[in-house]
Amino acid sequence: MTEHWEPVIGLEMHVELDTRTKMFCGCEVTKGDEPNLHTCPVCLAHPGALPVVNQRAIEYAARIALALDCTVRPRSIFHRKNYFYPDLPKAYQISQYDQPLATDGSFEYWAGGEQLRCRINRVHMEEDAAKLVHAGGETGRIAGSDYSMVDFNRGGTPLIEIVTEPDIPSPEAAREFLQQLRNLVVELGVSECNMEEGQVRWDANVSVRPVGSAELGTRTELKNMNSFRYLQQALDAEIPRQVAILEAGDTIAQETLHFDPDTGTTTPLRSKEEAHDYRYFPEPDLVPVLVEQAWVDELRATQPELPAARVERFIEQYGLSRADALVLGSSRGLAEYYETVVGLGVGAKPAANWVMGEYLAHLNAAGLEAGHGHVTAERLAKLVKLVSAGTVSTSAAKEVFAVMVAERAEPEDVVEQRGLGQISDTAALAAAVAQVVADSPAQVEQYRAGKQQVLGYLVGQVMKTTGGRANPQLVNELLRRALDR
Amino acid sequence: MDALRLRAREAKRLLVDGEISAAELAKVYLDQIDRVERKVKAYVRLTPDNTAKYSTKVDREMQAMRGPLAGLPIAIKDNMVTEGVTTTCASKILHNYMPVYTATAVRQVWDDHVVMLGKTNMDEFAMGSSTENSAFHPTHNPWDLSTVPGGSSGGSAAAVAAGEALWALGSDTGGSIRQPAALCGIVGMKPTYGAVSRYGLIAFASSLDQIGPLTRSVYDCALLLQHIVGRDRNDATSVQLPEPVALPAAERLEGVRVGIPQEYLAAGIEPGVRARFDETVALVEQLGGTCVEVSLPHTEYALPAYYIIAPAEASANLARFDGVRYGYRCADPADILDMYERTRGEGFGPEVKRRIMIGTYALSAGYYDAYYGRAQRVRTLVRDDFARAFGAVDLIASPTSPTVAFKAGSRVDDPLAMYMSDICTIPANLAGLPAVSIPCGLSDGLPVGFQLIGPAFSENLILDAAHALEAAIGFDAVPTFRDSGTAAPAGWCPEGAITYHPEDAQS
Repeated sequence: MTEHWEPVIGLEMHVELDTRTKMFCGCEVTKGDEPNLHTCPVCLAHPGALPVVNQRAIEYAARIALALDCTVRPRSIFHRKNYFYPDLPKAYQISQYDQPLATDGSFEYWAGGEQLRCRINRVHMEEDAAKLVHAGGETGRIAGSDYSMVDFNRGGTPLIEIVTEPDIPSPEAAREFLQQLRNLVVELGVSECNMEEGQVRWDANVSVRPVGSAELGTRTELKNMNSFRYLQQALDAEIPRQVAILEAGDTIAQETLHFDPDTGTTTPLRSKEEAHDYRYFPEPDLVPVLVEQAWVDELRATQPELPAARVERFIEQYGLSRADALVLGSSRGLAEYYETVVGLGVGAKPAANWVMGEYLAHLNAAGLEAGHGHVTAERLAKLVKLVSAGTVSTSAAKEVFAVMVAERAEPEDVVEQRGLGQISDTAALAAAVAQVVADSPAQVEQYRAGKQQVLGYLVGQVMKTTGGRANPQLVNELLRRALDR
Repeated sequence: MDALRLRAREAKRLLVDGEISAAELAKVYLDQIDRVERKVKAYVRLTPDNTAKYSTKVDREMQAMRGPLAGLPIAIKDNMVTEGVTTTCASKILHNYMPVYTATAVRQVWDDHVVMLGKTNMDEFAMGSSTENSAFHPTHNPWDLSTVPGGSSGGSAAAVAAGEALWALGSDTGGSIRQPAALCGIVGMKPTYGAVSRYGLIAFASSLDQIGPLTRSVYDCALLLQHIVGRDRNDATSVQLPEPVALPAAERLEGVRVGIPQEYLAAGIEPGVRARFDETVALVEQLGGTCVEVSLPHTEYALPAYYIIAPAEASANLARFDGVRYGYRCADPADILDMYERTRGEGFGPEVKRRIMIGTYALSAGYYDAYYGRAQRVRTLVRDDFARAFGAVDLIASPTSPTVAFKAGSRVDDPLAMYMSDICTIPANLAGLPAVSIPCGLSDGLPVGFQLIGPAFSENLILDAAHALEAAIGFDAVPTFRDSGTAAPAGWCPEGAITYHPEDAQS
């Protein structure tokens, strides 16, 4: 991309909520059950069936809205969004349109070491579609398939949509924004945001404009992505495409695009002319959602600690740098892990070093979520304490950690079995010290002549003879005692 | 036992006194069905096995089943789902649909041990005013078989009028209970919107639809209404009535102020209907009430607004009939689009298609404000008209229908003329108000209906007034099943669709 252009990105995030039951009926929300097990006349759209709003879903949506500093509107309504597709049994989705649950919020996030702010346009509620499985054919899509099957278990799952203003300045910022927004939602306990299961999906709207321009260019929409990496890749591909078109003097077509991660390119899904006319109108089967201020206040008072607040607290309480606090405090899993380690009597700083160092490296290598690694907070705390107590050297401790990961073992057992313990026994070390002193007459001479630096060499010799296990401080002390005599 | 005259109140007394058994009572109706159903064709599905079995069960377990409605035979409009008995909405698209649950209102009367006789004919998806839009067959008015029974609850109205049911449930979206009740010479009531659960009522226009009773007396109407009202957790728009429905006993109308909206009388009322209406208004005064002129200035816009709002809602409500999960599916579809197009093209009748298209158009981008948005504003104005009027009067009276029963086939090619049938009934639906129609005499040998509309939740006031008037009117004519000529055209009839139904639905 040339430097004359800047991208403008707006995002939509869809999150399936972890309510016990569906948005408009009493069927259980589950994963991985037999197809069509959790269905009823309402979510199968049988004739005469009527929706009833799940109050817990409204609470969860309101919690998200409050965490994003939105105004939860005292009155909001549902609309019908009409289109035909076999995964939508009523042939309309009950959604919110021009009177959503919450509007006008903002979210502060960190990208490239800078704190950025993105305005939130709205948070609204809707229901998820069913799952289609297409048999036969080559594309895995409905066109060309032999037949298709519908699994209505997912149909009617509560879904919330968070829509931003076009405030995001780069693909990297978009990725950071979404990661931190996902952390926030997880933090609220309203959704696990499991990406493999498609519990969270994103759309991105992107346009480019000359740097410094206040106007927005024509945007394209990238639909239905469920990986942070693909989202960034898609934007990284789409922005230069738009710039190239504009620099050639052409105009951008407003269209919906599909990103193919295999080719790294975006291709049109449908143009504005082909865009659906959803014929939104107010859902007559539901009454307006009326929210009382007292209830909003109660939700606000019972919100869990949110990542941004926790980062500040970590800086304050544990004396961490902002960079460290961001790593440790941004997601609940890692933050809880870290605080457990500290709570077991480990110093805040060494705990931070170990959690961000060995533990995070292990999680990344194994592809695990914080808290689901092979080393429990209790074991890591014991290991760090062994280091502070001088029982294990720092370098040996890293070896111990690797064994703890591989064998899910207690650190003391590893130290003992592998003989990785530090030798802090004065009697045992005295012999080695005496030997080194005896073997190094020249250095001893130099030391006694006042060349203190030689002590380092002598310590090294002792460490060598003990296989690195000698307690360096003790060796130091014993050597001085022997030489100063 | 005269099936044409027996009322639920008497039937209940006979049952309680042991003068008749529930099985014998059911037999009265089954016999009458045998005699006249081939002429009237009020039902799309009879459930005689259920009727016989369940009425016997009521007799056997009379102690346990001595509810206020136990053993009283009922007909149910075929747009209320009944588990185990096909429910078709008189449409080809649902000709084979077997519900997996039962509508709340039906469940309530079943729980009270009424005995279901069968499911009644209707205009397809309740769209029509003559029951000629049934995909299966038209229903005939028992007062003159060459005329229509009104609609869309024409099957329920004709069944009650013809003595083929003691009483019936219908639904009213723009007059679909009151207008057929008027044309068939019986009582029909549309309760306040929300008073009766719509759960299991196959939706036509969700913001207008209400289930209500069709009966042979105002007392029976109140009795049945008592047992179907109530807040239902499956219907978010349902409400608890502020006071329970009382059985009416009033004989006078002392202190009751009745408003006569001039705009309704300007709407092309037939002279014979006008004459019966004026006589009934005079009776109001004789009973101690006062009648005053009132103005509902937006009346002329009610009909056009209704014909935007109802089709708009219908266009979405009927979108679920897509051939994917149940009901009719076209043969050998080439792909998904072909399946949608042919299933719906073949499955819906012309009036339903007409309204789906009107509604789809009215909601389209660029037209929404001009049509749907404006119609909703008119709806508010109609509501405000009533609110203003009810500041000065307790009830509003009008003819139920501008005409008596019209000849079958006379309006099928003229949708606008057909739509005019509901000109006096539609405003109450737009405003969500309760309204009743009672018979007030004959014109050319055909019944005339008198409508009373009240404020929201004024069911008891309406029923009391209607009860006093009913006695004063003393309407005691019964249908003659004469045929003054002109047969109606035959409808589409799927194989086996109008057969007797073996399932044991209620047990």
